[in-house]
Amino acid sequence: MLDEALDLNTPTRTENEQRRAAPEETSSTPAFNLDSLGRSRRKLSLEQEESCLDVRNLNLFYSEKQALHDISLMIPKRRVTAFIGPSGCGKSTLLRSMNRMNDLVEGCRVEGEIQLDDQNIYQKGVNVADLRRRIGMVFQKPNPFPKSIYENVAYGLRIQGINKKRVLDEVVEWALRSAALWDEVKDRLHESALGMSGGQQQRLVIARTIAVEPEVLLLDEPASALDPISTLKIEELINKLKSKFTIVIVTHNMQQAARVSDYTAFMYMGKLIEFGDTDTLFTNPQQKQTEDYITGRYG
Amino acid sequence: MDTKSELLSHHISQQFNHELEELRNNLLSMGGQVEKQVSDAINALISADSEGAAVVCEKDTEINFMELAIDEECSRILARRQPAASDLRLVISCSKAATDLERIGDEAAKIARFAISLSEQGEAPKGYIETRHIGNHVRQMVQDALNAFARFDADLALAVAKEDKTVDREYKSATRELVTYMMEDPRSITRVLNIMWVLRSLERIGDHARNLAEYVIYLVKGTDVRHIGIKRIQEEVFDKV
Repeated sequence: MLDEALDLNTPTRTENEQRRAAPEETSSTPAFNLDSLGRSRRKLSLEQEESCLDVRNLNLFYSEKQALHDISLMIPKRRVTAFIGPSGCGKSTLLRSMNRMNDLVEGCRVEGEIQLDDQNIYQKGVNVADLRRRIGMVFQKPNPFPKSIYENVAYGLRIQGINKKRVLDEVVEWALRSAALWDEVKDRLHESALGMSGGQQQRLVIARTIAVEPEVLLLDEPASALDPISTLKIEELINKLKSKFTIVIVTHNMQQAARVSDYTAFMYMGKLIEFGDTDTLFTNPQQKQTEDYITGRYG
Repeated sequence: MDTKSELLSHHISQQFNHELEELRNNLLSMGGQVEKQVSDAINALISADSEGAAVVCEKDTEINFMELAIDEECSRILARRQPAASDLRLVISCSKAATDLERIGDEAAKIARFAISLSEQGEAPKGYIETRHIGNHVRQMVQDALNAFARFDADLALAVAKEDKTVDREYKSATRELVTYMMEDPRSITRVLNIMWVLRSLERIGDHARNLAEYVIYLVKGTDVRHIGIKRIQEEVFDKV
């Protein structure tokens, strides 16, 4: 009988021992490798990124009104960085200040610096035309020149004095292919660009911008005037272009930022509230203001 | 609209295609591992292989990590892509299926623990025939449910859901038989009780396999068929033209 009683306890004891042993096992075995799940996506982290543009303590004033308050952030190289925020939060102003578009605005004053390759672009003596070749910009409304498709793309090169047909042909084809437009327009390169659809015009403008091989592409609401399908095409294009260019995009459309960007900055009232990798910002933002904005509780 | 597998790869965004494809592959590879856990646990039990059973217990941690990884992937896709229609159903059913697969993994680990204590006692096996039989049955159900997932095959999924009834019947009759053993020989009660727990786990695995099948029907047909009988599923989802 005694044996029987002991016997009854045995399984429970072994089970408990097992349970006690289990945590030690997990701590001694190396952490489960997520790559074995076939995950191609590794978590992004700003610390591991190479800097392309470095904004340092930037203050910007339109006459008396301060539009940007002490902005500091690093735009990582060959990534897509999105600026989101309500109207008037300063996201477009910040984007424009990256290739000195604000120089044209009367009464605009900039303090602080933006470094591109260890050089402050607001330093005296910086050639603004040269800067804008290195940092290209695409606007909300497609603005093709009233010329042929070919001449639109070749425009930047001609200004640089490149007129050899062979070189131009090559670059035009490359740029149109990169902009996912080549197949649609290759048979009508010499027709007017104004006969294209809005989505095509916007991709043409992107092709024109990348033809001069800038380092950075600034996109200011590039898809807000387009239908959903053209929008998705532009987004897919952005995703392709990021292997070659650093891309900064301003968008009203939060979902667009979530779809296309690697990093997202949320701005509010001229201040940078939160900046981090898009996964974290959209699944677990660190600031309450960000949370309220992206969940639609803002205001 | 019925979901077909090729629909997965027709988004304008290549990245989105890739993410959905990857999510589904991850779920299937998790399923493959879980299925292996179940058959390893049953084999370890029947051949009194305590080492093999220990391996099953250890590997359960991997399964748990996979569940976390898949859920993280799902919430990332929901937050960044706002999937709609069949894409949405895919993400939802992957997340739910991962939960059920993880539970199947837990049951397999439980069986493995009983295998260890039973092999330590080392006596003539009783109830192993039933265990093997039901074990094979539910393992096949899990496999079929995963195949249905891989092929977007709602008919196969329905067949799996129907199988669950058979498993329940087999479980009941096996229980009755084990009770007879215990009445015949009270000294065997401890061992036979352990076998009972194993059978209970196997029966639960059958339930989870049925859940997996229901997610496949939801994914393909767009109708949530949980908590309604097989007959109604048949009538409302499959017989409707």
